[in-house]
Amino acid sequence: MFRRRKDKVELARRAGDRLHRFHGGLRLHHYKKISCEIPVQRAALPPRLYVPLLQHTGREAEATVSEGQHVLKGEQIGCFKQLGSGCVHAPTSGTVSAIVRHPISHPAGEDGRCIVIRPDGLDQWLEQEPLADWQSLDPAALLQCIRNSGIVGLGGAMFPTAYKVQEASERGIHTLVLNGSECEPYISCDEMLMREQPDSIVLGARILQKAVGAERTLIAIEDQMGAVHQALQAAIDRSGTASISIVKVTTIYPEGGEKQLIQVLTGLEVPSGGRPADLGLLCQNVATATAVARAVTEGKPLVERIVTVTGSGVRSPRNLLAAIGTPVSNLVDQCGGYLPGAARLVLGGPMMGYPLASDSNPVTKAANCILVLNEDEIRRPQAEMPCIRCGECARVCPALLLPQQLNRSIRAQKWEETQAGGLRDCIECGCCDFVCPSHIPLVEWFRFGKSRLQELAAEKQRADRARQRFEARESRLARNSLARKQRIAEKKRALRADAGQQEKIAESIERARKRREKTE
Amino acid sequence: MLTAILSIAILGILFGLGLGWAARKFHVDSDPVVDQVDAILPQTQCGQCNFPGCRPYAEAIAAGDAPINQCPPGGEAGVKALADLLGLDPMPLNPENGEEKPATVALIDEQTCIGCTLCIQACPVDAILGAPKLMHTVIAAECTGCDLCLPPCPVDCIEMIVRPRQDGTWTWPQPVAATVPGQMRTGVT
Repeated sequence: MFRRRKDKVELARRAGDRLHRFHGGLRLHHYKKISCEIPVQRAALPPRLYVPLLQHTGREAEATVSEGQHVLKGEQIGCFKQLGSGCVHAPTSGTVSAIVRHPISHPAGEDGRCIVIRPDGLDQWLEQEPLADWQSLDPAALLQCIRNSGIVGLGGAMFPTAYKVQEASERGIHTLVLNGSECEPYISCDEMLMREQPDSIVLGARILQKAVGAERTLIAIEDQMGAVHQALQAAIDRSGTASISIVKVTTIYPEGGEKQLIQVLTGLEVPSGGRPADLGLLCQNVATATAVARAVTEGKPLVERIVTVTGSGVRSPRNLLAAIGTPVSNLVDQCGGYLPGAARLVLGGPMMGYPLASDSNPVTKAANCILVLNEDEIRRPQAEMPCIRCGECARVCPALLLPQQLNRSIRAQKWEETQAGGLRDCIECGCCDFVCPSHIPLVEWFRFGKSRLQELAAEKQRADRARQRFEARESRLARNSLARKQRIAEKKRALRADAGQQEKIAESIERARKRREKTE
Repeated sequence: MLTAILSIAILGILFGLGLGWAARKFHVDSDPVVDQVDAILPQTQCGQCNFPGCRPYAEAIAAGDAPINQCPPGGEAGVKALADLLGLDPMPLNPENGEEKPATVALIDEQTCIGCTLCIQACPVDAILGAPKLMHTVIAAECTGCDLCLPPCPVDCIEMIVRPRQDGTWTWPQPVAATVPGQMRTGVT
């Protein structure tokens, strides 16, 4: 259990040789077929695209275009100037009609700055500069290309890929894991991508493998994806690469979570607060690999993605290739519109997604699924009841936490206890919520608790800084006043030492004495 | 009988020596209680507790010279944490010291500022930047919202504003309990 990193890395080399199990999890209905019947179609461009400047973890990028400017498809429209990361590109050619605050698809339901583009209908690409002969390039050049193309983790985390790859490569990676085990019900965008563009995924895998310096690649897919396996295997054979293999993992939600997938493949746990790189692994989504392939070999930045539009509230569910910034309403319209009874719009899957306030929200790089649920599906079957300590939640928790305990300590605002209980290892998969017989919204409490813990940590940091600055100032003031005292004392000493001055002082004392005597 | 007494006595001496040695070997210099109290205090350095900073107040609390309810920026939560640490009963904040407010930062109206440096001298954490007869400004990230710069300002150009949220941070709200069956859920699962 307490192995050193080196040993763990050695063990992890055997990833995929045989499958392991992670704790808990659920076997859920898939509901994937309903959106897989129709091949992926390109969504028509809307009259206005709202491209958010916040499409990665962290702070909003700065706009690099101004209102009224004409942009070509793939032209950079936002970026962090100092870091050169977090780049956003124009999803089509057209005119920047405004830069406004608009609801962006953000869990907090907040507005963010968006660049509004009015497409000119030509969809004209900026002249592309693909990297010629990527196989002979060094990893740094590949990373630069990935960074400039604005590629982020397309599984939903939106973590900048170039940064993740670079950080991992510094720690030494032996195996690249491409995550195609899309475990949440309803979502099928990755499955469709693997079926329709397997060559691009294999190419992306080869590029990423080179960029991170890995020896081999594992593509993890679910055991129920038969067509995908065939397509990918054919693509691997076509590319003639021996270092890529496919692993079928058992479909148990949430086996597609990064840490769970790694546990399934290696039998090892990613340490709390650690990264897969601790085991010598790097995990990337299959869609991210496609984006990398397009960026490196075609010079095309990330401007579109496959979105699953599905659920019982939409007439004709399917997968659409949508330009980033397309309003959700446009996509739903292209799927035949809402059915009567549609009650809630969810971004992401039914387990981990979050509700959208309006369908004018734009599609972002992380928007894998738009789920329309009807009224019956979002009604609580009964009121929330007190916890009866049945322990069902602990039985299904894939992170091996005790949700009932965490729930208690968060409600009691016992933050130290919450932290010690491992709240930050919670992946918010929703399993505990799903099985709770008392219908306690556990995940909502955990999200709230995580926010509070973060706030408290920030507060603590502020306080430490203020203490430091206060102490620095106090010691400076003390130093200054001591120096001043010393200066005065020195002056006095100098006066006393000087005989001429002493005489003058004696004379003036004498004068003062005489004056006093005179007045008396 | 004698053996028993002797062996217990020898054991006693041995343990005594061991403890004495350990007390010297693992001696901790500063008073850890003061540090622990100081760690709970919010480090606003505002002086509302009638002590010249958080550290002096922490020392007074540790010495038992001051009650634990004199820190408005720390709020009720702070009082509770102090009570937990010191094994005292939590008490409400003393209204004489002020009331709990949301966190603020100072903002200098740079048009009105005459560059008198009085606020710079008053700031306990050196969060104001400026020079004589030149405009001053607040480093918002370092400002603790202590209000100490307000009284010395001769032209009243400093305003306390609610601390803006750090860029890129946001929080989930506290969930509300669903009390009625059939109520719409706020979450998805």
